[in-house]
Amino acid sequence: MTPTRVKFYQTGSFAVGNRLLPADLRAVQSDPTRTNSLTSGHRACQGCGEALAARYVLDAAMRASKGRLVTVNATGCLEVFSTPYPETSWRVPWLHSLFGNAPAVASGVAAALKAQSRTDIRVLGQGGDGGTVDIGFGALSGMFERGDDVLYVCYDNQGYMNTGVQRSGATPPAARTSTTQAVGPEPGNVFGQGKSAPLIAMAHEIPYVATATIADLRDLEYKVERAMALHGARYLHVLVPCPLGWGSTAGQTVAIARLATQSGIFPVFEAEDGVLTASTPIRRHVPVEEYLRLQARFRHLFEPERRADVIDRIQAAADHNIERFHLLSGEG
Amino acid sequence: MERPFAITLEVGSSLANHTGAWRTERPVYADKLPPCNDACPAGENVQRWLYEAEDGHYERAWRELMRDNPFPAIMGRVCYHPCQTACNRGKLDEAVGINAVERFLGDEAIRQGWTVPVTAAPTGKRVLVVGAGPSGLAAAYHLRLAGHEVTVRDAGRRPGGMMRYGIPAYRLGRDVLDAEIDRILAMGVTFEPETPVTDAAAALADFDAVFLAIGAQLSRRTDIPAGDSARILDALGVLRGVAEDEPPLLGRRVVVYGGGNTAMDVARTARRLGATDAVVVYRRTRQRMPAQPFEVTEAEEEGVRMHWLTTITAAGNGTVTVEKMRLDETGFPQPTGEFEELPADSMVLAIGQDVDRSIVDGLAGVRVDSGVVQVGADMMTGVPGVFAGGDMVPSERTVTTAVGHGKRAARYIDAWLRGRPYQSPARPPRAAFERLNTWYYSDAPATVRPRLDAARRTSTFDEVVGGLDEDTALFEARRCLSCGNCFECDNCYGVCPDNAVIKLGPGRRYAIDLEYCKGCGICVTECPAGAIDLVPEEP
Repeated sequence: MTPTRVKFYQTGSFAVGNRLLPADLRAVQSDPTRTNSLTSGHRACQGCGEALAARYVLDAAMRASKGRLVTVNATGCLEVFSTPYPETSWRVPWLHSLFGNAPAVASGVAAALKAQSRTDIRVLGQGGDGGTVDIGFGALSGMFERGDDVLYVCYDNQGYMNTGVQRSGATPPAARTSTTQAVGPEPGNVFGQGKSAPLIAMAHEIPYVATATIADLRDLEYKVERAMALHGARYLHVLVPCPLGWGSTAGQTVAIARLATQSGIFPVFEAEDGVLTASTPIRRHVPVEEYLRLQARFRHLFEPERRADVIDRIQAAADHNIERFHLLSGEG
Repeated sequence: MERPFAITLEVGSSLANHTGAWRTERPVYADKLPPCNDACPAGENVQRWLYEAEDGHYERAWRELMRDNPFPAIMGRVCYHPCQTACNRGKLDEAVGINAVERFLGDEAIRQGWTVPVTAAPTGKRVLVVGAGPSGLAAAYHLRLAGHEVTVRDAGRRPGGMMRYGIPAYRLGRDVLDAEIDRILAMGVTFEPETPVTDAAAALADFDAVFLAIGAQLSRRTDIPAGDSARILDALGVLRGVAEDEPPLLGRRVVVYGGGNTAMDVARTARRLGATDAVVVYRRTRQRMPAQPFEVTEAEEEGVRMHWLTTITAAGNGTVTVEKMRLDETGFPQPTGEFEELPADSMVLAIGQDVDRSIVDGLAGVRVDSGVVQVGADMMTGVPGVFAGGDMVPSERTVTTAVGHGKRAARYIDAWLRGRPYQSPARPPRAAFERLNTWYYSDAPATVRPRLDAARRTSTFDEVVGGLDEDTALFEARRCLSCGNCFECDNCYGVCPDNAVIKLGPGRRYAIDLEYCKGCGICVTECPAGAIDLVPEEP
């Protein structure tokens, strides 16, 4: 089910565009007339992964819906940095209500459109991991179990970054946040807590669940397009590194997302009706350490001394993902 | 801009918020010097002509190539391609087959009959080029393009110099050689064969400038005690004889003395002339041999035998006496006192060539050092208006170096004739492998050029190495990483979280919208070619 990879045209389909490819085989993002759903002037930090992902996702959804799309946004970075009164960066119809009710509002929009027989207009809900995995999770699960016709996208930056980098249910073990300080014998976020929203979504046996990152644009665009081709409740979980909360260099945002996938710590896969259908194989396998080292939230694993015990536990989690999602078994 | 559907209120756009004010560093597009260009003795813009070839614009690619080198088809056969040795892709998988693509473009030009028009206004200046080898012909080509009248005089019957009389036909087919030389002559260059120039000073009276490129045609000699009946030839004489269809009698058993490319050429030629036993005797080791490794390998494939660490001490009737050598601590070969007899119907000396300096005897201002004519960075000798290049000046003595000399000399001669200084373009910083983001390049192993069966190689002078067809040449061109130069992959345009990269359209690349660029540097990190730099803003 994975998109057709262009085998060899210098950069194949790895880069955003490719002058050697016919226009219809290029990414939405290479199109000079792309929607730019989230336009310039927004107040996201330098190198924000979430701002990038939101444009990638919405531009692709706009193309798939032929420009007839309504967006519902949870509270969070994405909402705050895009709409400080009286400005907006959105060039799509966009609603915001509360932190925890975005999936419910999106369900309501879908219901209203259905009542008006407006089948041409599609609904996309979106939020960060706080609004999705924690606060809005009841509403999201309800949206899933009812099968409301919404694509819900979670931009996962692994914490409450907007309010000062607090831990969320998506924060990885050992990561330092303002509520999980790097102190004591087991510094940072504890092991054994947190949850995988994509796997829980799969347990609802909804038509489509997928994960993606900003490091593989063609894969992300394909998954949005695939999700938009289906109806019912669909879920897309996108890893978006956060220079502020992760303590990484702004210019490394995409590179860090790539290392997350190439180490196996963030598995990229898709599932239909609760069954895993494809996973994106690792192309250049790296140890998790290469991923961790670039982030100050894991600095206590390397200074003042290297915490091999903790790094090994994270590596074990990556190895578990590789096995579980068949990330090193050739074509996924 | 088209208003999105379902928006009824006039809302303020965030475009009013110029986030560019946050920036402390800005991305700047750079055209860096790719290692291939840096290494090319002829100064070709390899990256650029590969870029043109990548989307099938072969004629544009060829014309880009012709800006620096009038012999693509010849280069694609005889150049030792230092570009490929330097190629960054060699650190990733295998170097791009630049030489093979060059040959394809050169052959395509001959097939299609592409020519280079002389569009410069005639200057009325007359330049004499002495020597119709690669250096002289390249200079003639560039001078003609600049609008000068060019006369080329050569002692030989036909033009080409060492390309014709030194390089065997199995490496460079004569139809290709003729086609590329004829193309230059057809541009209005006057060629005067069998007109040796003995006095450069006298020539200056008739011409505004003179370019000397007579090469190094004198075979070096060595003192070897030889019997009266010993048959001793020099390498250039053998190769010239074959080129002129008067092959010398070498016999069945041939010993070649020397370890350079010429020695390999003679040994391989001897095999083709019917020698059952062609032996190369060289006093040092294989590693220290000046010959190109592929030449040694191809010679061995054709049955040439090598005697390393051996010198010839005497030549007699049907034999030569050789002495074993060993390397001392400094790596210099020392005699061991162990002797051996090798059967030999003839012995060919291939121990180097010297320049016939008599041509500059009449020019008092010309300095000769270490047997070669000394020139400045402008290729001018000590005599105003007399320039020199190729093998007769300090040089690596390859065809490509000679072509590069011809180009450089032509640039300076042109400036000299116009009475203004020539400023060679500044060299941009080198495009380092470390700056590439190789993730974005498809995995693609190199293409191998077809080669003639070894069995057929010893019986004919057919070209040993074949060319690529269009598909494989295109594939090979597309293996180029475009180091340090934008190739319009749209990555910067895509990865900017602030939409601050403007796509200007095909061939026009991109611009940074400094009103909104926050200077995050993602475009810099994600540029596959390392063609964007992040530079601090002025305070």
